[in-house]
Amino acid sequence: MIRIIEPGLLSTVQDEGRHGFQQYGIITNGVMDPFALRIANYLVGNEEKEAGIEVTLTGPTLQFEEQMLIAVCGADFSALLDDEPMPLWRPVLVQKGSILHMKFSKKGCRAVIAVGGGLEIPAVMNSQSTYVRAGIGGFKGRALEKEDVLNVRTPSIQTQQTIKSLTKKGKTYWTSAWSISALYLNNLYERETVRVMEGRQYDEFSEDSLKEFWEESFKLSPQSDRMGYRLTGPVLERTVSEEMLSEAVSFGTIQVPSDGEPIILLADRQTIGGYPKIGQAASVDFPALAQKKPGEPLRFTKISHSEAQKFLIERERDIRELKWGIEFKVRLGQNGPA
Amino acid sequence: MNYSLEPLGDQAILIEFSQEVNEWIHEQVQGVKGRIEEMGYDWAIEVVPAFASIAVHYDIRKLLTCQSPYDLVAKELSLLLDSKKTFTKKASREINIPVFYGGKAGPDLDEVAAHNGISAEEVVELHTKAEYTVYMLGFAPGFPYVGGLNEKLATPRKSKPRLQIPPGSVGIAGQQTGVYPIETPGGWQLIGQTPEALFRPMNEEEPTLLQAGDKIRFYAISEEEFYERQERNK
Repeated sequence: MIRIIEPGLLSTVQDEGRHGFQQYGIITNGVMDPFALRIANYLVGNEEKEAGIEVTLTGPTLQFEEQMLIAVCGADFSALLDDEPMPLWRPVLVQKGSILHMKFSKKGCRAVIAVGGGLEIPAVMNSQSTYVRAGIGGFKGRALEKEDVLNVRTPSIQTQQTIKSLTKKGKTYWTSAWSISALYLNNLYERETVRVMEGRQYDEFSEDSLKEFWEESFKLSPQSDRMGYRLTGPVLERTVSEEMLSEAVSFGTIQVPSDGEPIILLADRQTIGGYPKIGQAASVDFPALAQKKPGEPLRFTKISHSEAQKFLIERERDIRELKWGIEFKVRLGQNGPA
Repeated sequence: MNYSLEPLGDQAILIEFSQEVNEWIHEQVQGVKGRIEEMGYDWAIEVVPAFASIAVHYDIRKLLTCQSPYDLVAKELSLLLDSKKTFTKKASREINIPVFYGGKAGPDLDEVAAHNGISAEEVVELHTKAEYTVYMLGFAPGFPYVGGLNEKLATPRKSKPRLQIPPGSVGIAGQQTGVYPIETPGGWQLIGQTPEALFRPMNEEEPTLLQAGDKIRFYAISEEEFYERQERNK
């Protein structure tokens, strides 16, 4: 069991999203940083589809009521585990009664906590993701609150093997001698610009606006949330006056309402949109995008659709290699600390 | 049939049939959507139909060995789309929706009447007389975008949206009419409320009362009946 001592600003249970129901107007939800969740799940011996706890800007304080394997991936919240700095991007075995205290995110906006065995949260329409507005999924259909108690499922064999492979370090927790390559994470998250493809109505914007879109800097407004980032900066002008017919949107769609201020649609976006799409953020940069905070600047660089898919395939291969690497380390360390 | 294919980001494709809304296009959209689902492509995650287009979200993890996942998906969909001149949609379901018009349930009924220079009774009569087609669902789970509103009922949205609209509220906005499935903010003119649940997440086979392609009619019920049915549906 995990007891919520302090919930933090917005902590919700999220998996890869509720897919297959957008035709009914049911949004996907799901984790904002899909890379962080997948890696966190691999680190604790889970399947990648397992849900974790996504935390935002101000993290929660949690108490573990039994020994369990956890991993925290994503932004650095200066987390303390029983007053000792808690390492990120590693499997960590926490002891019964241990307290994880996450503070403010120094860099980045969101982190994911995965637990070996997974959270015992019933799936609603094939997903454990929280749909706050409809009050379904996740923990009682809402963000976590003080005194909530989350049950954890029995650890898988992979989780038990990971526990066996850990090095005893300090008094309060055990962790691995290895972690996900900092260099790799740096390349993935420390991007000056987000790569963007031309959107379906790209050509309907004025030449000046398109120039500004690529060259100027935007800023995430305070109204930015899991539904979308509202951007302030150059006001984008459309040269066509007719309204377009509403059509499907996707994670990363950059639409421009009539006020000319673009919105990047994210995990809690609606299924259909009626605003012209100037661009589409490339999937490979969703993790970097998920880590932007309100108030931070954002710039775009152009990428072709075929390049975006090429990089996405490369990313998937990297992730597969990371998964094999983790499994290899676990096997190596199983008969004692490596 | 006429269509165009275009990427929607790097993990979805959009099939566009037209920039118009009409019954024929709607039937094609529904027909093609049904065929894509029947094909059971292993890369297809989900199909999202709109007024005159369909998005197919695909799983890049199932397409890692191809040179261009988009090209493969586009080719398979072209094969399907070119295989027939017209696509027939499955027979429409007919759904009747009880509505308690006016009163607390429809605070804007008089405003809609006044705007159109008719009486409140005529608003109810015109609203219940028509048959509507559900073109698509969106905005909220189970929220229908329907065609078929009598022009005499068209009323602009409220200048100041309400912060909370109770579920089941039946409203008018411009040329559209619809029902709010969950409590949301919104700017529609509210003329009544239905006791029926439009969104029922525990029914995973049919999580929404309405589906794209349905024909719907509204019929008036009394305040008493409204509360009785609302109680029963809890």
